Amino acid sequence: MLLIPCPYCGERAELEFRYGGEAHFRRPDNHLEASDESWANYLFMRKNPKGWHRERWMHIAGCKRWFYVVRHTVTHRIAAAYKVGDPWPDLPA
Amino acid sequence: MTQDFRLAKGGRVDRDKPLRFLFDGVAYDGLAGDTLASALLANGIHLVARSFKYHRPRGIFGLGLEEPNALVETGIGAAVEPNARATAVELADGLIANSQNNWPSLRFDIGAASDLLSPLFSAGFYYKTFMGPAGAWKFYEWLIRRAAGVGRAPDLPDPDRYEHSYAHTDVLVIGAGPAGLSAALSAGRAGARVLLVDDQVEPGGQLLNTSYTVNGRPAIDWVAEATAELDRLPDARRFARTVAFGAYDHGYVACVERAVPVTQGHVRWRERIWHVRATEIVLAAGAIERPIIFDGNDRPGTMLASAARGYANRYGVASGRRAVVFANNDDAYRSALDLAEAGVEVAAIVDLRPDPSGTLPALAREKGIRVLSGHAVVGTRGRARLKAVEAAPIDDASRRQVIECDLLAVSGGWNPALHLYAHAGGKAAYAKALAAFVPGTPADRMSIVGSAAGEFTLARCLADGSRAGAEAARRAGFTASQPSLVLDADEPEADARIGPTVAPSRGGKRFVDLHNDVTEADLRLAVREGYRSVEHAKRYTTWGMGPDQGKTGNILGLSVLSDALGQEVPQVGTTTFRPPYHPVSFGALAGRDTGDLVVPLRKTPMDSWHEKQGALFEPVGQWRRAKAYPKPGESMHHAAEREVKAARESVGLFDASTLGKIDIRGPGAAALIDRVYCNAFASLKPGNARYGLMLGEDGMLKDDGVTARLGPDHFHMTTTTGGAASVYVWIEDWLQTEWLDLEVYLTSVTEQWAVATLSGPKARQVLGPLTDVDLAAGAFPFMAFREGRVAGLPARIFRVSFSGDLSYEINVPARHGLALWEALMESGRPHGITPYGTEALHILRAEKGYIVVGHETDGTITPYDLGYGAMVAKKKDYLGRRSLTRSGMTGPDRKHLVGLLTKDPARVLPMGAQIVERPSEVRPLPMIGHVTSSYMSPTMKRGIAMALVKNGRERMGQTVYLPMLDGPTVAAEIVSHVFYDPENQRRDG
Amino acid sequence: MKRYSFVQLLRNAIGFGEGWQEAWRSPEPKPSYDVVIVGGGGHGLATAYYLAKLHGIRNVAVLEKGWLGGGNTGRNTTVVRSNYLWDESAAIYEHSLKLWESLSQDLNYNVMFSQRNLVMLAHTEHELNEASRRVHANRLNGIDAEIWSREKTLAFIPILNGSMDIRYPVMGASAQPRAGIARHDAVAWGFARGADALGVDIIQNCEVIGVRRDGTRIVGLDTTRGAIDAKKVAFVAAGHSSVLAALAGFRLPIESHPLQAMVSEPIKPVLDTVVMSGTVHAYVSQSDKGELVMGAGIDAFNSYAQRGSLPILEEIASAMIELFPIVSRLKILRSWGGIVDICPDASPIIGKTPVDGLFINCGWGTGGFKATPGSGWVLADTIANDRPHKLAEPFALERFSSGRLIDEHGAAAVAH
Repeated sequence: MLLIPCPYCGERAELEFRYGGEAHFRRPDNHLEASDESWANYLFMRKNPKGWHRERWMHIAGCKRWFYVVRHTVTHRIAAAYKVGDPWPDLPA
Repeated sequence: MTQDFRLAKGGRVDRDKPLRFLFDGVAYDGLAGDTLASALLANGIHLVARSFKYHRPRGIFGLGLEEPNALVETGIGAAVEPNARATAVELADGLIANSQNNWPSLRFDIGAASDLLSPLFSAGFYYKTFMGPAGAWKFYEWLIRRAAGVGRAPDLPDPDRYEHSYAHTDVLVIGAGPAGLSAALSAGRAGARVLLVDDQVEPGGQLLNTSYTVNGRPAIDWVAEATAELDRLPDARRFARTVAFGAYDHGYVACVERAVPVTQGHVRWRERIWHVRATEIVLAAGAIERPIIFDGNDRPGTMLASAARGYANRYGVASGRRAVVFANNDDAYRSALDLAEAGVEVAAIVDLRPDPSGTLPALAREKGIRVLSGHAVVGTRGRARLKAVEAAPIDDASRRQVIECDLLAVSGGWNPALHLYAHAGGKAAYAKALAAFVPGTPADRMSIVGSAAGEFTLARCLADGSRAGAEAARRAGFTASQPSLVLDADEPEADARIGPTVAPSRGGKRFVDLHNDVTEADLRLAVREGYRSVEHAKRYTTWGMGPDQGKTGNILGLSVLSDALGQEVPQVGTTTFRPPYHPVSFGALAGRDTGDLVVPLRKTPMDSWHEKQGALFEPVGQWRRAKAYPKPGESMHHAAEREVKAARESVGLFDASTLGKIDIRGPGAAALIDRVYCNAFASLKPGNARYGLMLGEDGMLKDDGVTARLGPDHFHMTTTTGGAASVYVWIEDWLQTEWLDLEVYLTSVTEQWAVATLSGPKARQVLGPLTDVDLAAGAFPFMAFREGRVAGLPARIFRVSFSGDLSYEINVPARHGLALWEALMESGRPHGITPYGTEALHILRAEKGYIVVGHETDGTITPYDLGYGAMVAKKKDYLGRRSLTRSGMTGPDRKHLVGLLTKDPARVLPMGAQIVERPSEVRPLPMIGHVTSSYMSPTMKRGIAMALVKNGRERMGQTVYLPMLDGPTVAAEIVSHVFYDPENQRRDG
Repeated sequence: MKRYSFVQLLRNAIGFGEGWQEAWRSPEPKPSYDVVIVGGGGHGLATAYYLAKLHGIRNVAVLEKGWLGGGNTGRNTTVVRSNYLWDESAAIYEHSLKLWESLSQDLNYNVMFSQRNLVMLAHTEHELNEASRRVHANRLNGIDAEIWSREKTLAFIPILNGSMDIRYPVMGASAQPRAGIARHDAVAWGFARGADALGVDIIQNCEVIGVRRDGTRIVGLDTTRGAIDAKKVAFVAAGHSSVLAALAGFRLPIESHPLQAMVSEPIKPVLDTVVMSGTVHAYVSQSDKGELVMGAGIDAFNSYAQRGSLPILEEIASAMIELFPIVSRLKILRSWGGIVDICPDASPIIGKTPVDGLFINCGWGTGGFKATPGSGWVLADTIANDRPHKLAEPFALERFSSGRLIDEHGAAAVAH
């Protein structure tokens, strides 16, 4: 069970959170005019990296805020957690 | 029985507390402080088990959790525990234990015939035969399964209880041996919260089993003092009888504690899981002695040298009268010396090394023990008990000598117990000098000390433990200065060299994995057949996959593979340790989450009323909902029929409290709602409500429900019962991460409001006398919302309908739910008010053609498919809009919601029945749709069904066919799915 | 290849096993192949086997970065069934099941396919309805599916908790008699031995680190054992599909999650079938060694760590006791994690990629083992003929643009 550093509440056990998958993928601009392919890219295609991953979590059993975490998908180490609108911290080397 | 092998003195058993126990029906005596194994040995019992594959006689081999042989069944009836390690079962008065995997008896086991056929049963033999004729595997498998398994499962539910507890600590120390104890003490002195866990009954680790001294006194005295000091520290805790079985992410360690055995009655809990979250972990789990591979190395009477020494020192038990020690290292001499000290005659030390010459061999020789250097044990004699060993020079097997003995103590060196280090992501490195794996790469938040780190001298264990404890405390933020632990361990210098772990062979049975009966020959065969990867060899032979998980056989197998492959051990690789370190019961892992508590049970505020009425309940997610209220002698279906009739003809009352409810407020509330529903909401006026369709970004219907505008910036949204949580999270997601322009606040209020739905033509008459709200159709029309009082309670009333008749949904604060319900029932009595359950609800809504998300939708259905195209907004943007114009979202392949009527009105189509254009026996037969809802309609007095059918709206009036699972195909006509009051006169009036 | 038989076994029993040969060679990679399969799990090895056997394409290499079958092939709970809801899924899984039925004979390697029936419990009316929908569809697709009453279900599985007075009583079940389990490692080894005998080079400890392209076409791979030219390449590497796709310059609609499985200590047989429960989340069978083999849910987060978390272990224990109260005092011996590649519609991706000459087979989620022979068969045909096999067509990557997904979520509410 991960220990997730909620930027609002501090470190809490994973069971207090809900996972939201990859962070920062964007709807295409003018999405109603976007091609089927670029819409599919937004809807379904994911980086799914083996390594550092920017991802979304919601502290559902706490402050109910969505925020971002930089986590390694092999070691599960968490390098940073940041709020919506914060500058993105760099990925560790 | 007398304890013939109990030594006259010594040991940590309580000689004033005799305990009586049964093994295989025979009564024996032991002492308080014994394990089942030590008590059996005290009575001279070595043969306790039959092996898994060949049913060979097996004795007690180890001292603790590493035991591969002595698996027994304890308890009787419902309290049976199969595969208990005799070496880890605390003796209690009246303990009942039985041997396993034998018939008719342990001594005469028919299954042992398989031993004779063992050349046929070589590694992987089953992959090479039993293949024909086709389908014959079923028979072979039946045969093989006769021999499967070791212990028996109980045949009754478990009478005991299990607990889960949580602990947070700055420093977790695993293992209370010299390294762990000193680590805990120094971390505690630094001011850190310390938790020390150990699987034994008392702290001390190997110091309990050995005869070391610290500062000139018996080491066990130091253990007592250190423990006492630790116990005085305010923030230090010790858990005995507690196995740390898994290290997980971010300092999370799972432990299982077993209860102190009781003689009478039940323990309060049998086992307890500790979920420990530690800032720092000190792993001081010690080391496990490994055996040596030689011919006949499984004869009862053969055991680890450290075990023989432990039984003598800790339990005051001689594991034999006359011992041979077979060694490849100096530590084994300590075992020999301790055995001699305890009065066991040590006939010889057979040492694989050509020149054992250090202090310890010299001491042994001084004591008059014969040392056969450069020799190996090349065979054992006896059947169910060792009678003698054969020893010979390594280079000349012909010069064999027979040494009579009843105990063979084997020591092939020590393996650090790095299991939890591996769980935490550490990669071990091979230390050739030790012939063992030691910590390599760092593991998250974990330091490893003592013999777990490959440090085998007591002085180093004490010093390293002390330093590691202080450092862990410092990393956790505790820097208090402390007196350093000054300890002087007096121990003869040991020669660190380790000899080979494989003795030369003559061709007998040479076991690598005692539990799974894997031999050296099996591993060599695997290599010869190309299963060279260590994982292939493991899986092909099942080496290391038994209940002991290779705790003693792991390195032995790697040595064999190394030799067979001509590679060094590090090149051979190693298998991965996975949790649990030691098997954990299902009961412990489940804790209290069983029976009624397996999943939280959610009840509505009116639940007690339903229960009193004898309602039939059904689970809906975590909720339980009243399905129907049958009267005595009435079936569920008859009850539902009666309830439907009441709701159509007079008035019914339904508990809708489980509906998801979200309170939405703020200046951006209207805009938010307009974005999440695909139909228009901006035009909704305060005081009105609207049915909304919510799509996922993929354009598929996600949820539906009525949302009312309570004020300009205030909405009350309802969702499906099952969708409440996910809709809430999803809207918050958009609000918080994408729509930062909107100021809106969402509150989940599902459990804050109780909801009672009055439905039927008399609804107005029932509600009227109870409320100050004007219910006149003109004043309070369909899809309006009013706030007022009902039965004196503050209430929100929604005039919405899921039945198709006049209907009021009355919301009151949850604590008033029951009062509201009772008031409505009372007010409705003159009108024959009838409570109705979910079954009637479904019939009512199906008659009216209303959809239920999850019935009429399955994640692949758009609003257009459901015929709601006219509702979908054309001008505004909303979630999922772009997806609706993808190429696959239109065309004749889309399924449409339609109604189905069978020719025979009494026929009720099965739910889920598939629809075809033409009946045929051909398979596969193309399907064009399926029945989504189907009921006998009391109102229409016939069977009705809703269905999703390809291009269904273009098929109105056509006949389609539904092949039945048994019985003839049924024909049905495609009709509108609105069966009841298509003009909405009854609903809106 | 020396054929395996009982006679051989007898002969070697007398000869101390000295006559057994290696099951497959360990060749050095050649500079060039007609087809290179990346991924030496069951699916990859099956693809190579059928390419060689059915299409005569034998200049084939299978590259495996670790050891054969070390990914999900060796980490799953070995369930084989074909009772899927949608026509497209039913067709490919049933094709696979038919291959399973003669696989031991075909490979001359006993994969121990044990058709011991598979019982999917229904605990709620909704589950009964869903089961009914699936069974009706299965029947019309020619699949042996049955609806069982509560009584029949309880009689068939005596250790099942039959009380009506529990949270989720057993209301009935759907069953597939031809379904069952197989010996997972043997599938990889059997296909490897079969492919090797037909000339396929199986190269272990060879990791792909780069994709070499000529314009839009793939021409070879860079590996830890040097560059290898290839006319065609197929990525068949569950748990690493996104990583390989990134090397080739495209993305997949996949997220990788750990799926946990576990076994109990061996006990005498108590369960002779496969039981799955969606509501009480578990699936379980008892191996021929006596271990209860169990699977549970996936961890919610993306991960490539082949380990699972404790809560999942606790949930399965709790579910097991709810279904089978007698297991409470048994012990869980070992748990492990596999990495499953999950597609948004819980269906696989088979076919071409945006790179010419590069094929892919991925996204089987929690259900890939049962598809092993069928998936290899279909992909081999697709590679050999340079067009999707009919059974593969619906599973093309393009479906994510058109929206024609094959949503098996409802039907596969439980992972297995």
